[in-house]
Amino acid sequence: MNHWLTAPVLIPLLGGILQAFMGYAPIHLRRTLALATTVLMLVSAVVLLVMANDGSYRIYAFGNWQPPFGIVLVLDRLAALMLIMTAILALFCHLFAIGGADEGNRQFHGLFLFQLMGLNIAFLTGDLFNLFVAFEVLLIASYGLLMHGGGTVRTVPGLHYVVLNLIGSAVFLISVGMIYSVTGTLNMADLAVKVPQISGEGLNIVKAGGMMLLVVFGLKAAILPLCFWLPRAYSKATAPVAALFAVMTKVGIYAILRVYLLIFGDDAGELANLGMDWLFPIALATLAMGVIGALGSGTLKTLVAWQVIISVGTLLAPIALGSQAGLSAALFYLLSTTWTVGGLFLVSELVANQRGSAKDRIVTAPKMQSRTFLSVLFLVGAVAAAGLPPLSGFFGKVLILQSVESGTEMAWLWSVLLIGSFLTLIAYSRAGSIVFWRTVDGHLEKPDPLNGRISVAAGALTAMAIVMVVLAGPIMNYTDATAAQLHNSDAYIEILQTPMVREGS
Amino acid sequence: MELVFALVIGALTSSGVYLILRARTFPVVVGLTLLSYGVNLFLFSSGRLATGQQPIIGTAASYSDPLPQALVLTAIVIGFAMTAFVVVLSLRNLADNEDDHVDGKQPYKSPAPEEESEVTGK
Repeated sequence: MNHWLTAPVLIPLLGGILQAFMGYAPIHLRRTLALATTVLMLVSAVVLLVMANDGSYRIYAFGNWQPPFGIVLVLDRLAALMLIMTAILALFCHLFAIGGADEGNRQFHGLFLFQLMGLNIAFLTGDLFNLFVAFEVLLIASYGLLMHGGGTVRTVPGLHYVVLNLIGSAVFLISVGMIYSVTGTLNMADLAVKVPQISGEGLNIVKAGGMMLLVVFGLKAAILPLCFWLPRAYSKATAPVAALFAVMTKVGIYAILRVYLLIFGDDAGELANLGMDWLFPIALATLAMGVIGALGSGTLKTLVAWQVIISVGTLLAPIALGSQAGLSAALFYLLSTTWTVGGLFLVSELVANQRGSAKDRIVTAPKMQSRTFLSVLFLVGAVAAAGLPPLSGFFGKVLILQSVESGTEMAWLWSVLLIGSFLTLIAYSRAGSIVFWRTVDGHLEKPDPLNGRISVAAGALTAMAIVMVVLAGPIMNYTDATAAQLHNSDAYIEILQTPMVREGS
Repeated sequence: MELVFALVIGALTSSGVYLILRARTFPVVVGLTLLSYGVNLFLFSSGRLATGQQPIIGTAASYSDPLPQALVLTAIVIGFAMTAFVVVLSLRNLADNEDDHVDGKQPYKSPAPEEESEVTGK
């Protein structure tokens, strides 16, 4: 039992409840408290990262119920990595939101914090049904956040997003029911024990349940047939919300990593590596689709939204192949791409604010204010996203390319990833040169000058690509250790033997 | 009992899916509700169907599984809240776009112009 594990859940929960009750408090008080909550959450994530770095599993059993009978939170290296990634992204998004985007809705900060709570539960939980509940918590907060902001542009994408995710929840429940009806348990460690023992007619039910789970996680992660809701929703969302949503697709990828490596991993007998032979071609197709979308996008935010889909494809290809080096590379790229995409959303918003009625559309417009600063930020973000040296996206992609063993898979992955990266580069060059270089003479309404908070937030999140290169050694050691831990599912199963707290002791 | 139960789930789910595939928000909301009813019944059945059994060990010859009932309860609560949200969102869609189509405002098709009868004056 380790009570620290509840901190990333309790801190945003309490902060969010506080925000819900003080909607009419002065805005600077609400902002200070909300930002303090996010900072505290980052601190707790750092503490958990240090704890997880020794390679052992820590659990927190709710109500002191022995797993598999109660719900447990489980901390391992992967969970800690996801927590710290979310906390850093959230801090900069929150700082950006405080620069003015949080006005107009008294519950913005509450929703933001509840969203973080849902994400943190999803990363920490060791129970399949609790994962469903975490998804619902983060989704209902995201519905509110997506609709945040004035105007009517978000209504239709928001409606699509909500309806699709409600259908996804229904499918999730069906698959959970199918798995439970055969195994009689929903604890992930216990499932990892029970699934290899299934035989006879139960096998097909669990197989169908597992494949349906893959559909649900694929919807969250936005893989190819299920990805068309994403560009419209993300490009219409308010900038800090869109940047925070960069982590939402990664929740789907996290769930795939957790469930399919642990429950349907190499040791799962007849169900070993369920669905992974499907995932590899789908991942490559997703990558290709994302590149096509990026080439055809008409606004900067749509371009970045398609970049989210490109990164999902790039991440899932090595995960589907499942080698240890591939997982490590994917985790490195996961960190890099999440922060870069978040930073690019924020930069697009800054650009849009400086261009008058042209907004973030990729068209020629009169010269914008402070364009040196903005163009450097866009350049850093675009170089990291397209995967050019010397920034972190390059190292992530090289690691992914190196991790595949030679064969047909290598031929496919190398060709799709390299051609895709080249075309992404063209998309960014086209957008950047039209927006920043090809200007027309004309009068621009005096735009609001850049304010300190939002420039710092956008700049810092973009600069994470440089920080990751400086710290590449330690980060790679950590992701290597995480991949090794993920491949050793026997150690995860041992949490079932963790002694509970006895009365009087 | 199993056959009736399965047929009910099947009917609810298929009508739900059919309604979700309609292009107006009201049928979609009703479809989502029917789908979640079907899912709730399905979850309930995952603990096996039995009559006259209690979810307490030792009170009867055999006991029924209490966990699916807990799962269904959670699913009902969440589904209800989500339905309320999607209803509000549909109303907002109707108000913003003056159309209840799920894709927002549809291009207005002007009715075919009435054929002008030739005025010849004869």
